[in-house]
Amino acid sequence: MTVSLLYPLTGVALISMGFYALVVYPHLIRKLLAINVTGAGVFLFMVAAAGNAGAEAPDPVPHAMVLTGIVVAISATALALVLVHRIYQLTGSNRLTDESPDEKS
Amino acid sequence: MGAATILTPLLVVLQTRAVLQHGLFKMQLGGWAAPLGIQLQADGISTAMLGISALVFTVVTLYAWIYFRGHESVSYFWTLWMFLWAALNALFLSADLFNLYVTLELLGISAVALVALPQKQAALSAAMRYLLVSLSGSLSYLMGVALLYAASGTLSLDLLSGALEASPATSAAFAMMAAGLIMKSALFPLHFWLPPAHANAPAPVSAVLSALVVKASFYVLLRLWLTVFHSLISPFSVELLGIMAAAAVLWGSVQALTADRLKMMVAYSTVAQIGYLFLIFPLSRLTQGSQAALQGGLYLVFSHACAKAAVFLTAGTVIHVFGHDRIARLDGIVRQMPVSMFAFGLAGTSLIGLPPSGGFIAKWLYLNAALTNGQWWWCVLILGGGLLSGAYIFRFFSISFANKEGYTPERPAPIVLEWTALGLALCAIALGFVAPAVKRLLGVGGLF
Repeated sequence: MTVSLLYPLTGVALISMGFYALVVYPHLIRKLLAINVTGAGVFLFMVAAAGNAGAEAPDPVPHAMVLTGIVVAISATALALVLVHRIYQLTGSNRLTDESPDEKS
Repeated sequence: MGAATILTPLLVVLQTRAVLQHGLFKMQLGGWAAPLGIQLQADGISTAMLGISALVFTVVTLYAWIYFRGHESVSYFWTLWMFLWAALNALFLSADLFNLYVTLELLGISAVALVALPQKQAALSAAMRYLLVSLSGSLSYLMGVALLYAASGTLSLDLLSGALEASPATSAAFAMMAAGLIMKSALFPLHFWLPPAHANAPAPVSAVLSALVVKASFYVLLRLWLTVFHSLISPFSVELLGIMAAAAVLWGSVQALTADRLKMMVAYSTVAQIGYLFLIFPLSRLTQGSQAALQGGLYLVFSHACAKAAVFLTAGTVIHVFGHDRIARLDGIVRQMPVSMFAFGLAGTSLIGLPPSGGFIAKWLYLNAALTNGQWWWCVLILGGGLLSGAYIFRFFSISFANKEGYTPERPAPIVLEWTALGLALCAIALGFVAPAVKRLLGVGGLF
């Protein structure tokens, strides 16, 4: 396996691990971490796809996409953390329960 | 906020006139051309989507203004509300793959925050589930964008619209982008997040979520299907989407029949109607019926947006007036809120697909396409789904007309809340009368 193939494959491995963890674990913080690991995998794949192992300069467009993606991921993680904290404050639980009490909007 | 609500529909009307007169409209941001620059594009479909979102948003803004009077968290609501509208407008005008990703994320984050606004346990859990699904969908879409960029070197939809060779990279990109967008559009079996989110959000938010937000990712998938990935479509993928759509129609309708809360019933009705939307793909596979199928699907987007928003606004008025929305304890409410129930009935005719509503035109076009292609089984599904929709609409409708004294309301039904719902329901009916004009608008830009 060449060095240039290592990064995309690592990215794909991170995506798979993250997606598995998102589906399997019920704890909300673990789901959030799983989303972040998946995001890291996608970003690593994109940076690797920028292609740079040779003499020519790397392509800057995927770098710009990754930066935007990181900003979006951070904002979404912040929102998710607030939601997890509120759910914990209201119910004392850190899992998503399926049944909800009779609610009026 | 008031200025934005008045200006935006005006601008959309002006743009519709411009697009009808001059055709496709493109603009480079900052003067930088593709492949490096970001391009905005308005063709007939984009302008029609802008128009329907301006219409629904303006009416629901008026509703929300009265609905939220006196609530503490109202300042947060308006910020997020305008943010959502801006994200929708940006999405419909994007002609760049990565710009679509950014607008999809903006849409998801503002929608999640709006769902979480009531801060009750059900709303927060629903919002968390929605956020996790939305982020997974966006990451899958972004992976597809990465693969497509690695394979072709450009992000612009125009440049990618030429024939894309079927390589492992482009096929994987297609699969990942489609999977992400299907998660965001809540097609069966990835619909599990939608009923709790739409049922527990405040009524104006539910209206806009069901009417427009789920259609945004469907719109992106349709545009990619018709332009970028056109040469990669295999019969297997088309029929798979058709099977999922059929399951959505049947499952959503059955769950709506057995729901005991009004908003949950309407949310499951959205799941069923999204199944109808995805029938656009198998029906447009063969060229003879494809134009009718595409027009029918888009017409369903517009009429469902108006009708579903009207139904959710009615449900919101019910909760505002009576404090709850358990269907079993809503018998005879037509005496307290006659205008709202009239709106519900009119919107219901569009959801079922009865003439002369917009829903009827959409289903008529679908049936035309199916029969032209010889795909009679979709006809059975469309008509059967209409019967099931009739069943759950009439279930609530007949209960509300029960021969009982009715319950004493907590507060009287405000005029604005009732008449905005009626206005949207009348729009859904009016769409049944303007089909040639809408078809002319959809044809601008030559997408089909």
